[in-house]
Amino acid sequence: MAGTGILLVLFLFAHMIGNLKIFFGEETFDHYAHWLRTIGTPLLPDEWYLWIQRGGLTLAVVGHIYAATVLAIRARKARPVKYAHRPKVQGSYAARTMRWGGVIVLLFVIYHILDLTTLTLNPNGVHGEAYRNVAEDFAPGRWYVTLFYVVSIVAVGFHLRHGIWSAVRTLGQQTQRGERIARLSALALSLVLVVGYLSVPFAVTIGLVD
Amino acid sequence: MDIKVRVWRQPSADEAGKMVTYGVKDISPDASFLEMLDVLNESLILEGDDPIAFDHDCREGICGACSMVIDGVAHGPEKATTTCQLHMRHFSDGDVIDVEPWRAAAFPVIKDLVVDRTAFDKIIQAGGYITAPTGTAPDAHATPVPKKDADLAFEAATCIGCGACVAACPNGSSMLFTAAKVAHLGLMPQGQPERDTRVIDMLQAQDDAGFGGCTNMGECSQVCPKGIPLHLIGRLNSDYRKALRNSN
Amino acid sequence: MSDFWTEGDPIADTAAPDGPIETRWERRQFSAKLVNPANRRKLTVIVVGTGLAGGSAAATLAEAGYHVKSYCYQDSPRRAHSIAAQGGINAAKNYRNDGDSIYRLFYDTVKGGDFRARESNVYRLASVSLNIIDQCVAQGVPFAREYGGLLDNRSFGGTQVSRTFYARGQTGQQLLLGAYQAMERQIGLGNIEMNARHEMLELIIVEGKARGIVVRDMVTGEITTEMADAVVLASGGYGNVFFLSTNAKGCNVTASWRAHRKGALFANPCYTQIHPTCIPESGTHQSKLTLMSESLRNDGRVWVPKRAEDCQKPAGDIAEEDRDYYLERIYPSFGNLVPRDIASRAAKNVCDEGRGVGPGGLGVYLDFADAIKRLGRKAVEAKYGNLFEMYARITGEDPYETPMRIYPAVHYTMGGLWVDYDLQSTIPGLFVVGEANFSDHGANRLGASALMQGLGDGYFVLPTTLGNYLAAGPFEKVSQDHEEVKAARKQVEDRIAKFLSIDGDRTVDSFHRELGHIMWEYCGMERTEEGLTKAIGLIRSLREEFWTRVKVPGTGEQLNQNLEKAGRVADFFELAELMCIDALHRRESCGGHFRAESQTPDGEALRHDDQFSYVAAWEYAAGDAGKPTLHKEQLEFEYVHPSTRSYK
Ligand SMILES: Cc1cc2nc3c(=O)[nH]c(=O)nc-3n(C[C@H](O)[C@H](O)[C@H](O)COP(=O)(O)OP(=O)(O)OC[C@H]3O[C@@H](n4cnc5c(N)ncnc54)[C@H](O)[C@@H]3O)c2cc1C
Ligand code: HEM
Ligand code: HEM
Ligand code: SF4
Ligand code: F3S
Ligand code: FES
Repeated sequence: MAGTGILLVLFLFAHMIGNLKIFFGEETFDHYAHWLRTIGTPLLPDEWYLWIQRGGLTLAVVGHIYAATVLAIRARKARPVKYAHRPKVQGSYAARTMRWGGVIVLLFVIYHILDLTTLTLNPNGVHGEAYRNVAEDFAPGRWYVTLFYVVSIVAVGFHLRHGIWSAVRTLGQQTQRGERIARLSALALSLVLVVGYLSVPFAVTIGLVD
Repeated sequence: MDIKVRVWRQPSADEAGKMVTYGVKDISPDASFLEMLDVLNESLILEGDDPIAFDHDCREGICGACSMVIDGVAHGPEKATTTCQLHMRHFSDGDVIDVEPWRAAAFPVIKDLVVDRTAFDKIIQAGGYITAPTGTAPDAHATPVPKKDADLAFEAATCIGCGACVAACPNGSSMLFTAAKVAHLGLMPQGQPERDTRVIDMLQAQDDAGFGGCTNMGECSQVCPKGIPLHLIGRLNSDYRKALRNSN
Repeated sequence: MSDFWTEGDPIADTAAPDGPIETRWERRQFSAKLVNPANRRKLTVIVVGTGLAGGSAAATLAEAGYHVKSYCYQDSPRRAHSIAAQGGINAAKNYRNDGDSIYRLFYDTVKGGDFRARESNVYRLASVSLNIIDQCVAQGVPFAREYGGLLDNRSFGGTQVSRTFYARGQTGQQLLLGAYQAMERQIGLGNIEMNARHEMLELIIVEGKARGIVVRDMVTGEITTEMADAVVLASGGYGNVFFLSTNAKGCNVTASWRAHRKGALFANPCYTQIHPTCIPESGTHQSKLTLMSESLRNDGRVWVPKRAEDCQKPAGDIAEEDRDYYLERIYPSFGNLVPRDIASRAAKNVCDEGRGVGPGGLGVYLDFADAIKRLGRKAVEAKYGNLFEMYARITGEDPYETPMRIYPAVHYTMGGLWVDYDLQSTIPGLFVVGEANFSDHGANRLGASALMQGLGDGYFVLPTTLGNYLAAGPFEKVSQDHEEVKAARKQVEDRIAKFLSIDGDRTVDSFHRELGHIMWEYCGMERTEEGLTKAIGLIRSLREEFWTRVKVPGTGEQLNQNLEKAGRVADFFELAELMCIDALHRRESCGGHFRAESQTPDGEALRHDDQFSYVAAWEYAAGDAGKPTLHKEQLEFEYVHPSTRSYK
């Protein structure tokens, strides 16, 4: 769980940094998208790196979901009869929503890939024109897409706020002080990610990118 | 004060149970929660009803026998308090209070609010001890223990084995209980030789007993009557990793 | 003679070695016969009880290779009542170099027991105390330590030396978990067969030897007969005969009483320790009393108003000159630190004068205002914080602001089944350890000595002496169809059927509560000939009423907590009568037994060594008003000569 989760987090950071290149203009961004496809060349043929990364990510996601499912099934078995009275669980909201939050994130990723990788659902939908694809995507008229992105990214933020802390604990963080630091760092990292990701659709909406 | 309680009634392990409402009149705010149930039981008996079965013994918060989920919270609304040490002054006249047993597959209901917690003994059996047969042990002063370690070991050792952590955990996990024992023994020099096998075997026993896995939800420590700290779970995880590494 | 008892032949402890006291135990160990390790597997020992005594015994016997069957009424062996002990455990380690020694611990214990204990036993206890601490540390018991990493000690219960080892306020818990974990290890290895939620309801004697017990599975109600080569009772004390006590709700006398009915003598039943610092009763709902550590008296000052009419006023409104710090007044040299029995009786006296405080006038103040002024709130918090919290939780009052209220409560029973030096009762093959026997504390137990005795018996004494007995075995197998086995089983079944069939109009608890009132009133802190005689009459008629009017709901084939209670209360009725008879016959005051007729002109306990320097071992008398037979075991004091305790 922790291992796959952390891999996914690393990807999210790399991906965010890439996304932020959109603020340097159309050319830089498209160039970056192109560069992605040529990493490793000439050692590797075109797009090989990308496919390796995709393979790795898929494995991580599958592994992650598998582990989450096993845990969920065990939890259900471990408590076959529910409480009649169950007040709001006392832990954080983030902790309580890991399972449903994860599913929302997954649905988002599927949509997102159809939208911006395969471009099936993209209004622009031209390979190589990454900048235009994104800009058209979040055009003010398509506010519902933007809204969906925003909600999903916030969901990712919640998932990570508990997820990052939890991963650190699972890997053996074990002091009271460390616990406070881990909680704060998890919150900070998730905030950075949420803000980083949200900045793109917002920029498009307010016209900074078009 | 007058209150109502809705109590889980289940005649035996293999019969179905349900919540049943009873009125309790004129209860003193100085009565403990269990004393309130005593009073209720006295009247049930005289009315020809079956009194409510619940586990209890010391009634001073140390034996770990009492075990009720009160209004959805294991051991009730007071922090760091067992059910037997919870007093009616924390409730108000007219309240309707829900009382349920620990709910976990590893703790099957025996009757009403009484559950079977043998699974905890099984976890201890698997490694929650230091092998030290009775005989002539070395002088007690032969191995000093740094005060910091001794204090943390003591804090971990105060677990009363009540099972509230399991009752509260959304995953039905007994991680806090196991972690407390692993930490207590692992912090003492005497506990080192068996440190690796202890953590591996106890976790295995915990899984075998049907407890859920821990996803660091932190509910357990919130309801723990002894305030066993959550970070001990991290210590267990770290010990576990080291143990796996050492065993390869 | 008397209307209530007859006197039989004296009895003697024939297992005790003589000669120099320092080497008696060593010589006994050497003379004890050994069991060939290969034979041990074939020998089965039943241990009833998993407290410090039973838990340590079961673990040690199993390690030694015997097959052990263990029983407790709780859902796990870890919950035995020993778990509740707070203060600490004594050992003559002399780590403080303050002049402690085995001899001094021995001396203090004999004297503290008011010269009613056996010297040989006490000396042995003091000497094994050293090994107990070593053993517990090896098991990982987290005793309090100092900054250098070595064990900390404190002085406890008014002793002049620091010999008490402790683990904050949870010493009993930590020691018990040590024994419990050792037991669980043996359970895992298959050497102990653990039967939690099983209650022993009868002893089985075959050809004069204890060979088994009848138990009820408290979940299914199934009654089984369990056979063995020897039976060990470690079933704890009987303070619950008073209904309100500091004991756990389940503590009972059934195991001991059933053995007594089958011939085991019961010694000194009237010696009851009443602890002065408990939280007073708050109303009729009260189900038990909670002990506050004795250590509170180190800094708290005990007082009541000088005038009865001030008692209803808030403590803060009573001027300094209107307060009576009675312990400091009567006992200027020991002040608030006088021993338990003295502090308890003094509290009773002032309350009897109408000067008690709190609900019902049954309480005295324990005031920390001076200590807070002197040491600062921080220091008081560091020392007593957890006790103050506990007090606040139970009473809803803040002891930093208003003084605590305390009152004495029944805490420990020194009496128990009579055993010889080998811890064997008068029934061969029946051994008794821990609080269930009478052996080491005389008429009064010192603080932090019960834990020591339980573990001493279980870890070190019993394994040797029981081995000596078993060396003659394995004994011939007893079949489940043996007459005696069937009879014992039938006894149990009939009794259960009887309880369930009465179907009266009073609950078991209501009888227990009433019995407790009688005992507290007439056989509590102060006893008189008149009161005790009256109590015997009251007990007999209440008992009769019990057997015609009790209502036990449900059936025997299920978890039935009222059925369990009914059995215990029925036995308490019989024990209560014997306690009163014992108290009546002992026309002296000693330790936990104060006879109003036997006091000095200034109200202190007056012993009569010339007449009562003996253990009173009672033989059961059948029938409702049968007269039990008194067997005296004369006590000899070769080392510590009887003197008068004085704390003025
Ligand atoms: C609140 C409190 C504080 C104390 N503090 C101290 C202290 O600081 N220092 C000190 O030295 N002493 C202290 N004592 C006294 C000491 O704790 C006890 O005397 C001692 O623990 C008794 O141990 P035990 O093993 O003999 O019996 P227990 O621990 O009482 O164990 C009895 C066992 O017998 C079992 N049992 C009983 N009846 C049956 C039956 N019929 N069938 C099956 N099983 C049965 C029970 O299940 C239990 O396992 C304290 C006592 C109390 C009440
Ligand atoms: C269907 C999709 C997903 C589901 C069902 C899901 C579910 C879960 C669950 C239940 C946990 C808690 C397990 C624990 O705390 O041990 C978890 C942890 C975590 N998740 Fe997800 N998740 C999903 C997708 C993702 C994605 C896409 C990422 C990253 C981008 C991610 C990152 C993490 C991290 C870092 C953790 C913490 C791991 C740990 O605690 O050891 N998850 N996930
Ligand atoms: C608003 C924010 C986001 C923008 C603008 C964005 C943009 C893009 C773009 C342009 C691509 C296509 C890259 C390419 O194929 O050249 C892409 C791919 C991808 N994005 Fe995002 N993304 C955002 C948020 C996210 C989030 C929150 C996640 C995960 C939870 C995510 C996961 C992915 C994945 C898995 C791919 C596929 C990578 C691949 O093809 O290998 N993205 N994204
Ligand atoms: S960890 Fe806390 S809640 Fe869990 S069993 Fe121990 S004392 Fe009870
Ligand atoms: S609540 Fe459960 S998930 Fe882990 S942190 Fe506690 S055991
Ligand atoms: S009854 Fe012992 S902890 Fe509550």
